[in-house]
Amino acid sequence: MPFIPHTDKEVRQMLDVIGAESIDDLFDEIPDALRCGSLESLGDGLWEQEISTLMQEKAREDGQPLCFIGAGAYDHHIPAAVWQLATRGEYYTAYTPYQAEASQGTLQLLYEYQSMMTELMAMDVSNASLYDGASALAEAVLMAVRANRKSKSRRILIPRALHPHYRATVHTLVKNQGIELVEVAYDDKTGQTSLDDLNRHKGGDFAALVIPQPNFFGVLEDVDVLAGWAQANGMLSIAVVNPLAMALLTPPGEWGPQGVDICCGEGQPLGAPLSSGGPYFGFMCCSQKLVRQMPGRIIGRTVDLDGREGFALTLQAREQHIRRSKATSNICTNQGLMVTAATIHMSLMGAEGLSRIARRCHGNLQLLVGKLTGLGEIEPRFSGSVFHEAVLTLPMETRQVLRTLAAHNVLGGFDLATHYPELGNALLICATENRSGNDMDKYRLKMEQVLASRRQGACATMAKFD
Amino acid sequence: MLIFEHSKPGRRAQAQAPSADKPAGIPEKLLRKRKPRLPEVSEMQAVRHYTRLSQKNFSIDTQFYPLGSCTMKYNPRACNSLAMLPGLINRHPLAPDTHSQGFMSAMHELQEILKEVTGMSAVSLAPMAGAQGEFSGIAMIRAYHDARNDTGRTEILVPDAAHGTNPATAVMCGYKAREIPTKADGDVDMDALQDALGPQTAGIMLTNPSTLGVFERRIKEIADRVHGAGGLLYYDGANLNAILGRVRPGDMGFDVIHMNLHKTFSTPHGGGGPGAGPVGVSERLLPFLPIPMVGTDGRDFHWLTEEQCPQSIGRLSAFAGNAGVLLRAYVYAKMLGAEGMHRVADYSTLNANYMLKRLMDAGFTAAYPERRATHEFIITLKKEAKELGVNAMDFAKRLLDYGMHAPTTYFPLLVPECFLIEPTETEARESLDAFVDAMIQIREEAKTDAEKLKGAPYSLPVRRLDDVRAARELDLHWQPGEDQA
Repeated sequence: MPFIPHTDKEVRQMLDVIGAESIDDLFDEIPDALRCGSLESLGDGLWEQEISTLMQEKAREDGQPLCFIGAGAYDHHIPAAVWQLATRGEYYTAYTPYQAEASQGTLQLLYEYQSMMTELMAMDVSNASLYDGASALAEAVLMAVRANRKSKSRRILIPRALHPHYRATVHTLVKNQGIELVEVAYDDKTGQTSLDDLNRHKGGDFAALVIPQPNFFGVLEDVDVLAGWAQANGMLSIAVVNPLAMALLTPPGEWGPQGVDICCGEGQPLGAPLSSGGPYFGFMCCSQKLVRQMPGRIIGRTVDLDGREGFALTLQAREQHIRRSKATSNICTNQGLMVTAATIHMSLMGAEGLSRIARRCHGNLQLLVGKLTGLGEIEPRFSGSVFHEAVLTLPMETRQVLRTLAAHNVLGGFDLATHYPELGNALLICATENRSGNDMDKYRLKMEQVLASRRQGACATMAKFD
Repeated sequence: MLIFEHSKPGRRAQAQAPSADKPAGIPEKLLRKRKPRLPEVSEMQAVRHYTRLSQKNFSIDTQFYPLGSCTMKYNPRACNSLAMLPGLINRHPLAPDTHSQGFMSAMHELQEILKEVTGMSAVSLAPMAGAQGEFSGIAMIRAYHDARNDTGRTEILVPDAAHGTNPATAVMCGYKAREIPTKADGDVDMDALQDALGPQTAGIMLTNPSTLGVFERRIKEIADRVHGAGGLLYYDGANLNAILGRVRPGDMGFDVIHMNLHKTFSTPHGGGGPGAGPVGVSERLLPFLPIPMVGTDGRDFHWLTEEQCPQSIGRLSAFAGNAGVLLRAYVYAKMLGAEGMHRVADYSTLNANYMLKRLMDAGFTAAYPERRATHEFIITLKKEAKELGVNAMDFAKRLLDYGMHAPTTYFPLLVPECFLIEPTETEARESLDAFVDAMIQIREEAKTDAEKLKGAPYSLPVRRLDDVRAARELDLHWQPGEDQA
């Protein structure tokens, strides 16, 4: 019996202690009509070798394509030590540190994580994680609506240049509380959030302005101006940032005259593998004055009975298990293990290591853009400076190009047609430190072939022959 | 000692980052002026620090961890290593279907498995934890009423024994949470339920077995009454381990359920996540399931998104939820098969009833002595608190000295001085006996030296922590320079 230690003899003895004839008897309070059958469709259990073979087949089936897709999930190198340590049973199989004395490992690690995030973001406080970047933004929006007492509107300004899946997620999670998301256009030339469009809302009642850095197009926003604009107009500012980029770029706590009020984002670039989109972790930092509005676990340093330093969950009066219907959020289990990995990752990298990776990514993206635009028919779509992603305009339908490239085992980027039809044949590409010069040359070569066969009017045929 | 205190300016884990040029394409004004003060340590220092920190944790791999309502069962190692195969772990979430069939086939089969074990019509794997599953469930109930223009329903009923996430979720979905009392035998008070039901009722959130560790016997009647009032039933799957392969929420009359895969399907708790909280629905809520889901034409697999599911409550995360957790649950389910599934309920129930009986025989007080334990049960230490002057927290802290994680304490709030104890099916009888013996011994200690118990634990890295100070004198991060002081 997989994972069940009981011998027949023990079962008999235990039933005797209970005073029951059989295990069936233990279910005698459940009405007979509710008992289910044998679940035959599930089949027999597999032993470890069989399931290993099955999973290896599935993994092989998906191949190991050369990936130039970013769009919110980034293929970074993760030091070997990170997951070897994070999957130690003492981290992997512990739970929320309710018994602080028996959880000092997790608690101290989370305190160190909070310390690292406040440094990286230059913010006052950090929580111990939310689910992912998109849902963290939804929590930030709810928090801003609670915290901005000057605003009565329950409306939020949210840039169209923010990740479309983030906008969709926020909508799902906040719409039932009557919160409205008002879209701010991007500048067609630079790809930055449009100040002209923003100024249409000057004097309007909004709880907060969301500021991405970089935005979904990879373009860097003029964050000082945006944060200043929000403050001047009585709104809170919510930064949504790539944490790796913050090793290189001005952190949210230093944007504009006073820094932002809340910052959040996707923690995946800090040690989480791509893994089909999760588990990742959402991070959230805020200014000191908003700490009691923050959702999620927060760890504090304190002392024990003997005056020794120790760590414990704190400010629990914000949370659902104490405050129930008046809690700041319903979140309970969050992404502890991913934060464990991120903390170890940041310790190994240090500020210099993260900055080098960020610079390498930026350099590689510049290289890749150069190689692809060098083919002649491909242009950068926006003039704004970028971090490690960029939008290109192609001379033919993006979907068609990507399909052909994929047939050559190159994932050429993210097609913007669905979410930004106004951009025409636009492709969002990404190059991280994991893409070598050879990788980029291969991409350029395959792209060249796609363009060439288009010129010969034979694109479809080429795809078929591959 | 904090990792920051091992730090020396200029020291680095050299192997972990390549050389890099200045960022040529970024304007000076956007560049960071001051480096973040992250630790500067060697690789070995980091490895040693985090290895040693891990040793300050209790965990399933090292201790009996009978934390009620959390299902701390063994997490098979195969689930972890197979979910981390390179082809799976390196798959980009936006990879095209041509490079995703292996992953998607596993997700589709997991949807089917979860449908079968819960008796629901369809399953979405999108929610990232139980609380997000709850959110999805209540949001679907709301979408259902809205779609019928039935907009006068403003209340969600929640038993007073429910998890705190239930009322918090109702509020997040724009509802008012209305509490329903529980009777002395642990079942829902049917008269109070009847009084609370009306045209304002959107639905009810129930856990069955309840957080009191007993099976709600009149569940069918509750379902009929709530449905009769036009409301829907939400099943909180926190305690699904108790009935896995024995009873299916769909057969009890629930319209929507969530499962905690990090409980019932043995994915790791990770020190507080990541979890996964898939939702299953009956036919009438099917159009509202959260996206994305995996569909199939019988041969190939594809994503179901906004286009195919226009009435969906929408997206809950940037991608497809906690995929890596779902893969671990898939491996676990495949290893169990049909046989293994119902053994989960059988042996978790056997273990709980055995522990309860032994504790009662030893003179401890069951909260519901007339009832069968399910996969967990409650004892109340009210008598010990009164007679010996030591409370449930003192017992809990002393258990740590005996090398066992404490059960859930002071929850549910209905039962004074309570322990909610969940041994799970993967514990051998020896662990259960050792726990009971420790409880007996601690009670003996209380009789001779109550003060000693109040000072426990003694053998852990720290003794009891000053929570009041933690909340009053907030110290939420390391301050640069403090280690030099």
